[in-house]
Amino acid sequence: MLILGLESATAQVGCAIGGHEGVLASSHSARGKRHAENLTPAIEFTCRQARVDLAEISCVAVDNGPGLFTGLRVGVASGKAIAQALRVPMITVSSLDLLAFPLRYTDRRIATVIDARRGEVFWALYRQSPGGVQRLSEPTVGSPDDLAADLLAQPGETLLAGDGAIRYADRFRDRADVEVAGGDHAYPSACSLVELAHARALREDWVRPQEVELLYLRRPDAEINWSVREGA
Amino acid sequence: MTVDAATTILGIETSCDETAASVVVGGHLVRSSVVSSQVDIHARFGGVVPEIASRAHVDLLTPVIAEALVEAGVDGPDLQAVAATVGPGLVGALLVGVSTAKALALVWGVPFVAVNHLEAHLYAALVEDPSLELPLVVLLVSGGHTMLVHMEDHGRYRLLGSTIDDAAGEAFDKVGRFLGLGYPGGPAIDRISMEGDPTSIAFPRAMYHEGLDFSFSGLKTAVVNHVRKHPEAATADVAASFQEAVVDVLVAKARRAAQQVGAKGLVLGGGVAANSLLRERFLSACVEDGIHGFLPSRSMCTDNAAMVAAAAWWTLEANGGSPLDTGADPNLRLPLLAD
Ligand SMILES: [Zn+2]
Repeated sequence: MLILGLESATAQVGCAIGGHEGVLASSHSARGKRHAENLTPAIEFTCRQARVDLAEISCVAVDNGPGLFTGLRVGVASGKAIAQALRVPMITVSSLDLLAFPLRYTDRRIATVIDARRGEVFWALYRQSPGGVQRLSEPTVGSPDDLAADLLAQPGETLLAGDGAIRYADRFRDRADVEVAGGDHAYPSACSLVELAHARALREDWVRPQEVELLYLRRPDAEINWSVREGA
Repeated sequence: MTVDAATTILGIETSCDETAASVVVGGHLVRSSVVSSQVDIHARFGGVVPEIASRAHVDLLTPVIAEALVEAGVDGPDLQAVAATVGPGLVGALLVGVSTAKALALVWGVPFVAVNHLEAHLYAALVEDPSLELPLVVLLVSGGHTMLVHMEDHGRYRLLGSTIDDAAGEAFDKVGRFLGLGYPGGPAIDRISMEGDPTSIAFPRAMYHEGLDFSFSGLKTAVVNHVRKHPEAATADVAASFQEAVVDVLVAKARRAAQQVGAKGLVLGGGVAANSLLRERFLSACVEDGIHGFLPSRSMCTDNAAMVAAAAWWTLEANGGSPLDTGADPNLRLPLLAD
């Protein structure tokens, strides 16, 4: 079984192909928000490197957020189109889960944090579990100070990862029990996506392309203004 | 690749608030044209909300494409290209269609064709009447554009005139909102005007006697001032008089443009081309002037993907496919001939 993984929730855009033997090939770039421009050529390139024809793909995995709305949609729209054309199922994995997965060897609590722009971050908390990580809290959006308060409320050491953690690292500088992981943990990886999706594909834990839902965590401004005006 | 009468193209359109897909053979034989309008989703906001439109496109595009393929009775291997509108339009909305089209083209191993939305509107008439001969003059009127284009040949366009401020459709929306007729304003004004007296108020016809450019912002202000001064004026009369002024200017300039370049045909396109009065006046003007006037059906005037697939057929023939690293260009302009 071969899985195509597409990841575009942050400033990075990535593509990986893998299966039982692990990841066969991958491609990542993080320059100038060129998600739509870079993703299709990256898929073509990754297929060539893995010597895989797209027709051999039996499942398409996508990062369904949270993250940058436009970037997310480029990956999800591309993934849905490929799955629709190949008539194969899809698997969605949250960007925050993807960031936590490479940190599964630490026994500290993990907080993955993605820059949500406008002074806010998306985050979730994780703990090591057999073979991976277990999510302790639902993905949330709020200010870096909200996150700091969330961490303060629970004793124990925390490892922070993600571009949101790096951007707001100064908010945690005076906390001896908090460490911010380096730049190689800034973005979710398409390789983690393929690995996590593979485990779920074995359980046939998938969705049809038209059932894919994005985790925006933030309503469009117009809707927020509307409900304020209506007192709803 | 050879592009011929059998070349079958899947077109995708997501530049604004319509999610559309269509299969067109040979540049004009429409095998399917599916449009899912988001008008109801945006109505309560009084206009198109870009983020809401983008979210809806992601959800709607997969079933819309599936329906277009099933209705046309074709599948991937029957297609020779996949096309999408790359601009102008809302960038987030455009990217959904562009990403989808490129991915489909990659899976099916066929070229991706990037289509200019304005060029697609120019081709709408040729889809429905392949006997139309170039050169043509096209009056393109929508919520975003008001332009007179001389279509000398395929891919060879000259801009004869355009709006210096608001687009005609924008004026309809603004006046519709001001008169409390809701959004979108065009169909509402069209409807209520049938009960009004179009001669009751003499609204200004800006730049009527000068050149081929348009201006509609003064007209909108005149409507507002008139209603403030005469709150007793019947809404139907105000709407009808406003519509009369817009249509007067549009038709007069279109005739003048056709005369000026000696065009044999005059064609209407864009969302405002669905307006009943404009359609009626446009046709009678063409009869009077002895030129071939053509009105595409209302569904071909508003945004659709058949016009995208049709324009793609000509683009593919002239220039081949587009690179897979193509993105969206929200400010894309119509490629014009230099003077
Ligand atoms: Zn349009």
